[in-house]
Amino acid sequence: MIYLDYAATTPVDSRVFDAMLPYFRESFGNPSSTHRYGQKAEAAVEAARETVAAILHCRPDEVIFTSCGSESDNLALRGVALARREQTGARRILTARAEHHAVSKTAERLEKEDGFRVEWLEVDEFGMVRPEAVEKAISKDTALVSVMYSNNEIGTVNPIHQIAEVCRKQGVPLHTDAVQAAAYLPVDVDMLGVDLLSLGAHKFYGPKGIGALYIRKGTPIQPVLTGGGQEFGLRAGTHNVPLIVGLAEALRLAEVEREERAARLRPMRDRIIGAVLEEIPDSRLTGHPEQRVPNHTSFVFKDVDGNLLLNLLDGAGFACSSGSACKTGNPEPSEVITSLGLSREWALGSLRVTLGLGTTPGDVEAFLKALPGLVQKARSL
Amino acid sequence: MPKVVIAMSGGVDSSVAAALLKQQGYDVIGMMLRLWSEPGKEDSNRCCTPDSMAQARRVAAKLDIPFYAIDAKEVFRKTVVDYFLEGYARAETPNPCLVCNRHIRWEFLFSHAKAMGADFMATGHYVRVVKDEFGRMKLLKGIDPAKDQSYVLHVLTQEKLTQALFPVGDYPKTEIRAIAEKFGLAVAKRPDSQDLCFLAGDDYRNFLQRNAPHINQPGKIVSREGRVLGEHRGLANYTIGQRKGLNLASSVPLYVLQKNATENVLVVGAAEELGTLELLAVNVNWTGGEIPTGPFHAMVKSRYTARETPGLVTPLDNGTKVTVRFDLPQRDITPGQAAVFYDGDQVLGGGIIRYSS
Repeated sequence: MIYLDYAATTPVDSRVFDAMLPYFRESFGNPSSTHRYGQKAEAAVEAARETVAAILHCRPDEVIFTSCGSESDNLALRGVALARREQTGARRILTARAEHHAVSKTAERLEKEDGFRVEWLEVDEFGMVRPEAVEKAISKDTALVSVMYSNNEIGTVNPIHQIAEVCRKQGVPLHTDAVQAAAYLPVDVDMLGVDLLSLGAHKFYGPKGIGALYIRKGTPIQPVLTGGGQEFGLRAGTHNVPLIVGLAEALRLAEVEREERAARLRPMRDRIIGAVLEEIPDSRLTGHPEQRVPNHTSFVFKDVDGNLLLNLLDGAGFACSSGSACKTGNPEPSEVITSLGLSREWALGSLRVTLGLGTTPGDVEAFLKALPGLVQKARSL
Repeated sequence: MPKVVIAMSGGVDSSVAAALLKQQGYDVIGMMLRLWSEPGKEDSNRCCTPDSMAQARRVAAKLDIPFYAIDAKEVFRKTVVDYFLEGYARAETPNPCLVCNRHIRWEFLFSHAKAMGADFMATGHYVRVVKDEFGRMKLLKGIDPAKDQSYVLHVLTQEKLTQALFPVGDYPKTEIRAIAEKFGLAVAKRPDSQDLCFLAGDDYRNFLQRNAPHINQPGKIVSREGRVLGEHRGLANYTIGQRKGLNLASSVPLYVLQKNATENVLVVGAAEELGTLELLAVNVNWTGGEIPTGPFHAMVKSRYTARETPGLVTPLDNGTKVTVRFDLPQRDITPGQAAVFYDGDQVLGGGIIRYSS
C-alpha cells in the first residue's frame, strides 16, 4: 500500500515518539500535584508550552493545550463569541462554508442555541476568502471572524495577514484554523496578525488526541470545558503530559525542517498536478494553483463517483481521500466542493492526494501510472 | 489466490459467509450497498442503516478484510422502486427483491466487484451451486429447508453462477449462528424479516400513498357477472384470495378473485370460484442453463412462502415465456410474484407471473 492521505493524518515521527515515552511510565505525575512527581510533569508541560510559544512568536501564557484541533476551534468560537457578546453586545459571527466542520458546525450551533447570527463569507472559485469579502461583511456587531489558514480539502492558502488587517481596523478578533497549514506554513502569529490560532498535532507527525490554541493576550474569551483551573482557567482537565510533549516536539521538528520538507514535496506535488491534468480527460484542479500547501493536490473528475474511485484506488494499493462524507458511500459533495460553484457532474468526483515525509518520487510515478485507468474504470461503471 | 467480493449487510449470514471464505483461503473483499430510502427514513432501511453498516465494518475489521461502501441509491430507486410502483399500477403484487437480486446485486454490485479485480462474488444466501458432469452450474436449495432462498435467486444466469459463491448454503442456520460465535463476530441480532428494505418498517400502502397516490384510487367492486357490489379503496390494498376487509354484505363469504387495473375494478366471488389451474409467466430465466424443448413436469413455487405444488410447464416463444398448468387449482396465484420450477433440490428456472386463469 502507498499512503497518499497525509492531510487526513500522519504517522508519529520516531523522534516524537521517543520524546513522549518517559511521560507514560517514569515521569507519570500530575502537573497539578505539589510533590516532585508533579513538579517534573509540570516542568515538561511548561517546557512544551515555551517551545510552542517560541515557534508561534508569542508568550507562553498565550498557548492553551487542548485535546485536538476541533476542540481548539470550539474554544475559539464559543469562548470568544460568548465573551465578546457579554462585553460589547456583538452578536454576529463571520465565517465561510468552506471552513472545516469544527468551525462551521460550531458557528451553526452558536446560531441555533445562543442567538448568534452567522454571516457566511463568499469564497472565490479557488475556495479563497478575499479580504474585500471580509471588509464588506464586517461591522461593529461582529463578535468574531474565523477564516482557515489553509483548506484541508482543496489546499488553498488564505490571505490571513490581509484579512487580519481588516479585522484589526474594526477591532474584531480573528481566529484561524491552522490545523492543516502548520505542517508546511509558518505559524508566526505576529506575521499573520491573528488573535487566535488552532493546531492539531497529528497533522504534523505528532500524536492524535492533542491540540493547542493560541489566544492573544487581551482577547475576550471564556472557558468551554469547566472544572479545575488548568490552562489559565480556560481548559479544565488533567494535562495529557506525554501528548503535550509530543505536540511540542513535533511542532519543533516541523519548524526546523519546514523548508527542507516543503522543498522536497513541492516538485512531487507539481508533477502530480501536471500529469493528472494532462493525461486525464475532463479533470480539473480544485483550489488555488499557486497559493496552496506544498504537499496538497486535489481534483475533480467529470462524471466520476468519487467514492468509487477511492475504492478502486484502495484496491490498487493507493490510500487517498475525497471531498465527501465518504465512509458510508454517500456521494454528496462536501460544502467545500459545493462552495466552489462546480456543477453536480463535476462536484461528485473529487479526489484529494496529499504527500508527506514517507512519499517518494517512485510512489508518485506508480500512482500516476495507475490513476488514469482507474478514473476510466470508474467512469464506465 | 482467487479474489472474492462478499456482499455484506452486517447480519449474521453474510458475516459468516465472509468468515468462511477467508478460512477457505480466498482473498476476500467486503462490499456493502447503500440503497435508497425515502428522504428522512435512511435510519430505518432494513438493509443498510448506518447501524448495520457500522456492524459490517466491525466484522470486516475483525476478519481483517478491506470494506467498501458502494452507493446504489439512484440505480436502486430507478430500477427497484420504480418497478415496485409500476407493478402496483398494473394491479399486480410486485416482488422487488427479485429485481434487486437480478439488477442491483448481480449486475450493479457485480460490476463493482469485477472492477476491483474479483474472480467471484459471494452473498449470504442459503443456496448451493454445484457443477454437473457437463460443466453446467446447478443452483440448489440450501441445506436448511426453513432458510432456503433459491426462490429469489432463480434470476441468476449460468454466466453469473460460474462466478457465484454461497458459503452458508451448506449449513443449517443454527450452525451459522454457532460459527459466528466461534469467529467472535458480534453481528446484528435483528430478526429475520421479509419486509421490503425501503419500506423502512412502514406498511406498503402508506408508501404508495406518499409516493404514487394516483395509482391507488377507489373504484367498484363487482361480481364475475359484472354486478356492482360495493366500492374498493384502491386495488393495491387487496391481494388475490383475500377475504377480510371487503366490507360487503353477502350470503356467502366473498374473496378477491381478480384485480383489473384498466377498469380499476376489483372482482370478487365465492370460495368455489377461487383458484386457478393455469398461469402465464414471462421474463423466464432458465437457471439450469438449458431451454427445454417441450412441456415437462416440475414442482412449482409461486410465492416466496408458498409450498411447492406439481404442474406441467410448457415453454413458449423460445422459452422466454411459459404456461404452468397445475394438477390442482391454486388459490393464491398472484401476478407480479415469480413462479419458480424445481426438480428436487435443483432450480430449473422461473419467471414473473403475468396472469392466471
